[in-house]
Amino acid sequence: MSNKKASRPFPLASEIEDIPGTEGWEEMYPYYTRRQPEDDEIFWFYNSMHFPEPMPAFDALTAEVPYTAMGANTTRIFAFPATLGVEHRIINGRVYITAHAVTDPDEIARRTEIFNKRAGHYFENWDELYEKWHKKMLKLIEDMDAIEIPQLTEFDDESSVIEGRGIGQNHFVREGYHRCIDLFSIMWHHHFEFLMLGYGAYLVFFQFCKKAFPEIPDQMVARMVAGIDILMFQADDKLKSLAQTAVDLGIGHVFADGEDPDAVMAAIDASGDAGKKWKAAFDDIRHPWFNVSVGDGFYHYHRSWDDDRTVPFSAISHFVKRIESGEDIVRRTEELRAERKRIADEYRSLLGTDEEKAAFDQMLGLCHHVFPYVEDHKFYCEHWFTTRFNAKIREFGDLLVKCGLLKDREDIFQLNHREVDEALTDAMLAWAAGSQPLGAGRWQPLVEKRRAILAKFAEWDAPVAIGPMPEHLEDPAVQMLWGITSETLDLWSLPPDQVNDKELHGFAASPGVVEGIARVLKNVNDIGQIREGDILVSPVTTPSWGPVFPKIKAAVSDIGGTMSHAAIVAREYGMPAVVGTGRATKQISTGQRIRVDGDNGIVTILE
Amino acid sequence: MSQKARQYISRIADLTLADRPLAGGKSASLGELIRAGVRVPPGFVVLTRAFDAFLRPAETEIRSEIAKLELHDAAQVAAASEQIRTRIQAMPVPDDIAETIRRHYHELSHNGAGCPVAVRSSATCEDSESASFAGLQDTYLWVRGEEMLIEQVRACWASLYNSESITYRRRLDLPEQQIAMAVVVQQMVDAKCAGVMFTRSPTTGDKSVIVIEASWGLGASLVSGEVTPDRFVINKVTGEVVKSDISDKQLEHVAEPSGIGVRVQAVDEARRRVPCLADDDLRELWQTARTVEQHYGTPQDIEWAICVPADSGKRTVNLLQSRPETVWAARDAEPAARPAAKDFDHVLQLLGAGKNRS
Repeated sequence: MSNKKASRPFPLASEIEDIPGTEGWEEMYPYYTRRQPEDDEIFWFYNSMHFPEPMPAFDALTAEVPYTAMGANTTRIFAFPATLGVEHRIINGRVYITAHAVTDPDEIARRTEIFNKRAGHYFENWDELYEKWHKKMLKLIEDMDAIEIPQLTEFDDESSVIEGRGIGQNHFVREGYHRCIDLFSIMWHHHFEFLMLGYGAYLVFFQFCKKAFPEIPDQMVARMVAGIDILMFQADDKLKSLAQTAVDLGIGHVFADGEDPDAVMAAIDASGDAGKKWKAAFDDIRHPWFNVSVGDGFYHYHRSWDDDRTVPFSAISHFVKRIESGEDIVRRTEELRAERKRIADEYRSLLGTDEEKAAFDQMLGLCHHVFPYVEDHKFYCEHWFTTRFNAKIREFGDLLVKCGLLKDREDIFQLNHREVDEALTDAMLAWAAGSQPLGAGRWQPLVEKRRAILAKFAEWDAPVAIGPMPEHLEDPAVQMLWGITSETLDLWSLPPDQVNDKELHGFAASPGVVEGIARVLKNVNDIGQIREGDILVSPVTTPSWGPVFPKIKAAVSDIGGTMSHAAIVAREYGMPAVVGTGRATKQISTGQRIRVDGDNGIVTILE
Repeated sequence: MSQKARQYISRIADLTLADRPLAGGKSASLGELIRAGVRVPPGFVVLTRAFDAFLRPAETEIRSEIAKLELHDAAQVAAASEQIRTRIQAMPVPDDIAETIRRHYHELSHNGAGCPVAVRSSATCEDSESASFAGLQDTYLWVRGEEMLIEQVRACWASLYNSESITYRRRLDLPEQQIAMAVVVQQMVDAKCAGVMFTRSPTTGDKSVIVIEASWGLGASLVSGEVTPDRFVINKVTGEVVKSDISDKQLEHVAEPSGIGVRVQAVDEARRRVPCLADDDLRELWQTARTVEQHYGTPQDIEWAICVPADSGKRTVNLLQSRPETVWAARDAEPAARPAAKDFDHVLQLLGAGKNRS
């Protein structure tokens, strides 16, 4: 046994032990996320790209629902020939996944026939379907905002009688909550509607480029494909316009670097007419732009720009400084577009034959056609919709506090979504009976216990993968979504003595080499700590970190690929970035001097 | 043209690729480079017509001797080569040829004291796309003075008959009567550093990168393999330096203190592990490589040197030679992809392939 263990780079699922002080943690999560005996035969990897932190009970919904929707899309709706869905387990609070594939050639052939017809239909009618998608998403967000959460007032409104509705408001507690979950589910189904096809277009172009230009950096392929008008850049532009407005109104000085956002708002309120005008401009863009989440929208505590204005205001402060120093900060989209075209044209001209040039045109053309969806869906799904969804759940949290079941609205996220249903039912019953809810003694200690468990989970050094090492890992879906290939596994499975602890390797996401002082941010909510000239080291850099990019010198992340939004933003700011290092936040500490080599994907700890 | 039909010498700037039969591949390509707007040290070419006139008295004998050689008998080839070269070195250069060389040299020296020059052979079958004669003929650097120059021109002519060249020609079945040697005479570049660049990666065949190898002093240390050069990979499209491997460069070839001839010396400690190219140099080399490749329309292997002329004090890239890349050109066969009926068919093919059919 010990011999066998030594030859395996990753532990088996059954070998992973509970962390002392977290006993009984499994009850936080649904039974179908728990380890099974046969899991030891399967290779699982830690989905730290989407879930870099331990899962609060409610947030486990954000694993369950997307996997329900993604698998439906690949396995059942489009019948991807070789790709089925993803199975997940939660181990010590971390989400481990395994991708199911079809390997039987006959089965692949059977599915291919279905797939070609269905995927072909989507590609062929892309614009029309995307337009429809866009409308569906706006409707979904509207529907979410429209959910009214009853306040369980002493008497139902008279209109219930006058209009003959005959339904008590406690029913709408149930209905409203279920509707939130249902809309969340629908959102995730739409999230995947075009996604795999869009990534497929990218992957095919990527593979072609690698074949035609064996040394082409991943980032160069990304540069040819990346959109210019993507929504996340527009969000950035809105902040620039707010900075410009502040300068124009003569109140740029209120946005001091590191200033508390409430103090900034107070200063604006105290700025008379100019302050009023700025606030009017602010209100104009708040919806939808301030629904951007500082995280990826995967954790309830990844608050939106509107919930916590530290990030956007600090960006405005930076932009104000640049405007006041006479710099023109307007994004030159036409120049960016011309440069993208120049690069693509040159690569094309280097191809040897007209056949290759024609194939290049087709593939890149398709990428440009489908990429607006790939790049913008996150804004609608993970940011705008999810911010509204979390806001609604918080309103249910308020209701549970009002009914005495919870102490704080945030406590609701320590219950899983079925437990929330139970607690709400308790409240509904008590309201109806004229009695007191029974669950305060049940839920309140549980919330405390779970907070303690999550704190313990956060200290756990989660293995990157568990289970037997697979012989091959050439699943296009896994490569598209997580950037994991056989080479990644080889790197992961290096014995500890072969790991150079002063040097980390990742994807060269954005070119350039700089040295500077690291600021390690394990939690996105600490993003306000970033200062001018820092090198950002984080588990994952999400698009909404864009506003801090102008302040930093370089970016390093544990997770991410060259087509991640962070990589795109870094390239635009002309700043070196190395993503997907696997362990930067573990190995680097704040204050250390590091070198980021964005050309070769190497981060070196210099002291 | 009628002028050219009679002359023994042409200025490099007047040559085009069409002059290859008279000027040899190397010098014709230098003429092309000047036309492409690239900086090439000024100079002239002693055309093959001069070689023919010089060799005429011994021509028939030498050629029949070569025809008799058994290629597998290396000793026999070496002995014959030695004998032919000794004979050539002893033959007088006809007066009219010597006089023309002197006149052009005088002109190249701006009618002042004799300037240092590089004397390099340029065979008529050299530098063509199918056969690379790289390094098979001689080059003489830091040559100074009329008599030394004429002597080295003759040495270049003689080098056409070294064992490797003879063997190479016989192996490729190149007829001896069509072989001739032109000689390039160029103002010497006082190289601070020099090297080669490939507009197509020698290791992967990638056409989107430029690989530069560079070392201190003249390029000879690098071409001969005495020094592990610094190696830079530049993205051809954007000019970004993708990779730079700086090596320990222990030796350099530099001019003798007398300004005549070349010596090998140890690189001083302070420069050994320092990159011999600055960012501006890399940028200029990148632009030059693009210009040259665009001019020829195919990937090139290029030799270059950087000097700092006393008058301007500005670092300057000079091109010494460019020839078509031959190794990867021969391997290009299968296209990376072919167009499909519909653009998305590429995706369907990829996702439909699965891992068993890829």
